[in-house]
Amino acid sequence: MRVALFITCYNDTLFPATGKAVVQVLERLGHTVEFPAGQTCCGQMHWNTGYQREALPLLPRFMEQFEHAEAVVSPSSSCVAMMREHYPIMAERIAREGGDATLPERIAVLLPRVWEFTEFLTKKLGVTDVGAYYPHRVTYHASCHGLRSLGLDDGPESLLRAVRGIDLRKIERPEQCCGFGGTFAIKNADVSGAMLAEKMQSVLATGAEECTACDNSCLMHIYGALHRGKTGVRTRHIAEILAGEPQLQADLREGR
Amino acid sequence: MSSAVETRLDPRTAPSFPKAAKALLREEQMRANVRRATETIQGKRGKLVAEKTDWQQLRESARQIRAHVLQHLDVYLEEFERNFTAAGGHVHWARNAEEAQQIVMALAKQVNAAEVIKIKSMTTEEIHLNDVLEAAGIHAYETDLAELIIQLGHDQPSHIVVPALHKNRAQIREIFRREMNLPEIGETPQDLAEAARRFLREKFLRVKTAVSGANFLIADTGGICIVESEGNGRMCLTLPETLISVVGVEKVIPRFADLEVFLQILARSATGERMNPYNSMWSGVTPGDGPRNMHVVLLDNARTEVLADAEGRQTLQCIRCGACQNACPVYRQTGGHAYGSVYAGPIGAILTPQLMEMEHGQSLPYASSLCGACYEVCPVKINIPEVLIHLRNKVVNKKGWYAPEALAMKAAANVFRSERRFRAAQRLARMAEKPLVRKEFEIVGQQQVEPQGWVKWLPGIFGGWTATRDLQAMPEESFREWWEKRRV
Repeated sequence: MRVALFITCYNDTLFPATGKAVVQVLERLGHTVEFPAGQTCCGQMHWNTGYQREALPLLPRFMEQFEHAEAVVSPSSSCVAMMREHYPIMAERIAREGGDATLPERIAVLLPRVWEFTEFLTKKLGVTDVGAYYPHRVTYHASCHGLRSLGLDDGPESLLRAVRGIDLRKIERPEQCCGFGGTFAIKNADVSGAMLAEKMQSVLATGAEECTACDNSCLMHIYGALHRGKTGVRTRHIAEILAGEPQLQADLREGR
Repeated sequence: MSSAVETRLDPRTAPSFPKAAKALLREEQMRANVRRATETIQGKRGKLVAEKTDWQQLRESARQIRAHVLQHLDVYLEEFERNFTAAGGHVHWARNAEEAQQIVMALAKQVNAAEVIKIKSMTTEEIHLNDVLEAAGIHAYETDLAELIIQLGHDQPSHIVVPALHKNRAQIREIFRREMNLPEIGETPQDLAEAARRFLREKFLRVKTAVSGANFLIADTGGICIVESEGNGRMCLTLPETLISVVGVEKVIPRFADLEVFLQILARSATGERMNPYNSMWSGVTPGDGPRNMHVVLLDNARTEVLADAEGRQTLQCIRCGACQNACPVYRQTGGHAYGSVYAGPIGAILTPQLMEMEHGQSLPYASSLCGACYEVCPVKINIPEVLIHLRNKVVNKKGWYAPEALAMKAAANVFRSERRFRAAQRLARMAEKPLVRKEFEIVGQQQVEPQGWVKWLPGIFGGWTATRDLQAMPEESFREWWEKRRV
């Protein structure tokens, strides 16, 4: 399948390793990855903070870049949730305000082909074993948009369970928000920090070496506190685990 | 440590949510009490919801009934008025808090009431009725146990179902010991309930006028329904001669039969019970039985303004179960007083600013990480995150284009509209960040570890991030730069 990667603005800028891992996994599974060069941002930050007018032009831009893709895959559940929940509303508004009247119908046709990375693997491709090796203790943080907006359920953890060598630890209160919430982390920094402190305790209580998730936004926030607290525990996007560690992969191939 | 808030919770004068929250986060005992209480109720709710195989259908029915009422509010309110009046009751219409206060005071004066007993009512809290009555020389005794604790503790409610949820048993004992003058009072729940019972029983037998709210107004029977756990409400509804109920206009439901849906979802959502222990319903006056003088004050207080907003309207579907408060990870940290209103938590974050016609409480729509836990538990399916986003848009539109945040957001939007500008911004950010980056762990013992840069301090509003978290430094190369090299 020809997969168009929507890397998202913050993964592009801050977490290129996640994008590389997505490419590695998809290619390993025999798919062709494309990267439409004109892509930027889905508009989530603007829309969710109340700047709806500013978010609107990002929808036609997304359409222009991805409309003809066979499948669109994005390693961010919050961006995919943004598109599923709000792009239809945004398209209606653009049409109502005298913009492109074809947008509502076109976005309705495109959206079923837009997937979050792990749901593309489990729901579209029907794969749980992607051939990864990752000999570490890991706990999975179910980000709110993945859990409640996209309904990823057991999908991401089923992928992790199939990873060779992994010791997957259950986290307590998995449904509890980590406190990131986009601009919430800045506007309500104190409350966000209090929520984060609880999440950090839960992560540490698992005894895991790493906390993973389908969203680098939550992980950036969680890692920030784990690092500040000198806990020695880090975070890693699920795609990077599913890609396996390159050196270890090489070791395996050479029988070391 | 005391977490009592003596000044009334008024969105017009309250500090912003972040400011109030910052202070409350220092109250460890209150936070422990809130965590424990909300977890307990949530646990009970979860078990009872799980046993209902038709829970999602019940939610959908409840949503449809409430949405239907809001579409035809005028019809159902007039039907209620006709039927309640025909049964010997009196209906009064109040456009705002002041009118409602005046009506209640005039009714109390008609019967020469120097004191009233009260059933727990958030609507009377909303209009600060007790303060107004007190100023007019009429003392109001709260009879709901939690409201009594709040009143005796000179405190304010922090939860719409469990107003004293922020207090633990030891603190309640201390309030009773001091205010009821019981130096020897014990500390078991039975001791405390016994003290409250003795304190209240005398009021029930003496006071001739009661003030209540209502859970539901029933249009087709002209009935009123109140559900409660203690039976103190039942006392107020049966013993006095005069009963005055202050009720928001949105509380009406079409038919008595609709209670089938609401009584199933309300008790489960609110207190984690299959049914409320006391379900009281009355429609008008019955000679020789209960109050002879029955009044309903129908309160608008900006509810029709909310109704006029197609996207905000669903807020009025609320049946005040408090499930969103118990599920909210923000409320869990701060408790209810941070919201500066008697309506705290997610429902307060959307209701308060709308009742204030967006003139006050503007920080409340931002008091959420949009995690969606509130929507998931809401028994009438109010999409609280969607309404929060809608209200944020209203706040932004009120703020004007010249606000610093608005200018920054416009600049960012401009960057995202062009690939060239986006690339330039990535490069610029990398350069701008350089002076703030600290390289760490370059040499560990004999081992060379990949150096990692961290930002420990950021200026201005971004300082909120680095107050509690470090920030990973930006990588040398963006994904798209890597992709282009890879293809060559």
